Amino acid sequence: MPTAISYDEVEVGQELPAGVFPVRRATLVQYAGASGDFNPIHWNERFAKAVGLPDVIAHGMFTMAEAIRVVTDWLGDPGAVVEYGVRFTKPVVVPDDETGATIEVTAKIAAKLDDRRARVDLTAVSAGQKVLGMSRAVVQLA
Amino acid sequence: MALDPAFIGRSYPPTPAYEVGREKIREFAEAVGDANPAFTDPAAAKALGHPDVIAPPTFPFVITYRAAAQVVMDPELALDFARVVHGDQKFAYTRPVRAGDRLTVSVTIDNIKSLAGNDILTVRGEVHEESGEHVVTSVMTLVSRAPEGE
Repeated sequence: MPTAISYDEVEVGQELPAGVFPVRRATLVQYAGASGDFNPIHWNERFAKAVGLPDVIAHGMFTMAEAIRVVTDWLGDPGAVVEYGVRFTKPVVVPDDETGATIEVTAKIAAKLDDRRARVDLTAVSAGQKVLGMSRAVVQLA
Repeated sequence: MALDPAFIGRSYPPTPAYEVGREKIREFAEAVGDANPAFTDPAAAKALGHPDVIAPPTFPFVITYRAAAQVVMDPELALDFARVVHGDQKFAYTRPVRAGDRLTVSVTIDNIKSLAGNDILTVRGEVHEESGEHVVTSVMTLVSRAPEGE
């Protein structure tokens, strides 16, 4: 089986190991290059402020990519993610300094489903604010 | 002016095939800081039952985002892209994207609605391998914010 996590050993309410992910300006430049999303709000402070943002913000898709790492690290096999969806509620603001921002992700088993699947609910917080809403994954367990 | 709901159901022709390479997957995995060996080591991926390295779960957006440009740039729809933000994103996977895939995206406008002056556009991208195998469905919601003073 692809993942070592057994459906029978998983309980509703169970917490997955949490993750803390740093994000700096350089991280966003690297992500822009890899993803092809070069919107200047993700790397140009002058532009970001001109359109009313407090500062440069992370790509929503970058935040979405970090959040699911809590699930894929737990699963071992990233291919065991069957569904994944998020709502982008607040931007992750990334200041131009040594520390940048952090995205703190927690996750718990919200429901056990048919076919040895489970729903995992995710919470992602940056600077004390929830940055993702309705963040859920469905995973195929062994 | 609000978007015309008559565009609900409009489909666009499949995009030319995007060939997924191992090094592109590696580059993407490094950019999101994810060291899972299934993304970079074919032997590790095979041990999990995959024929080659697989891509991180959000990688398909690289391809579906390009495909959605057909909608965003559709002159008949007349979306004001300067006001567009990404509202939400969902993926439903038949299997993970993997190196060697040649992927095409068929885009459809699933819904258009107006809420408090904002236009909310739901764009679905069906991603298939060239062989016809379904790989992943991407559903994104784009929100076009109302111009100030309207």
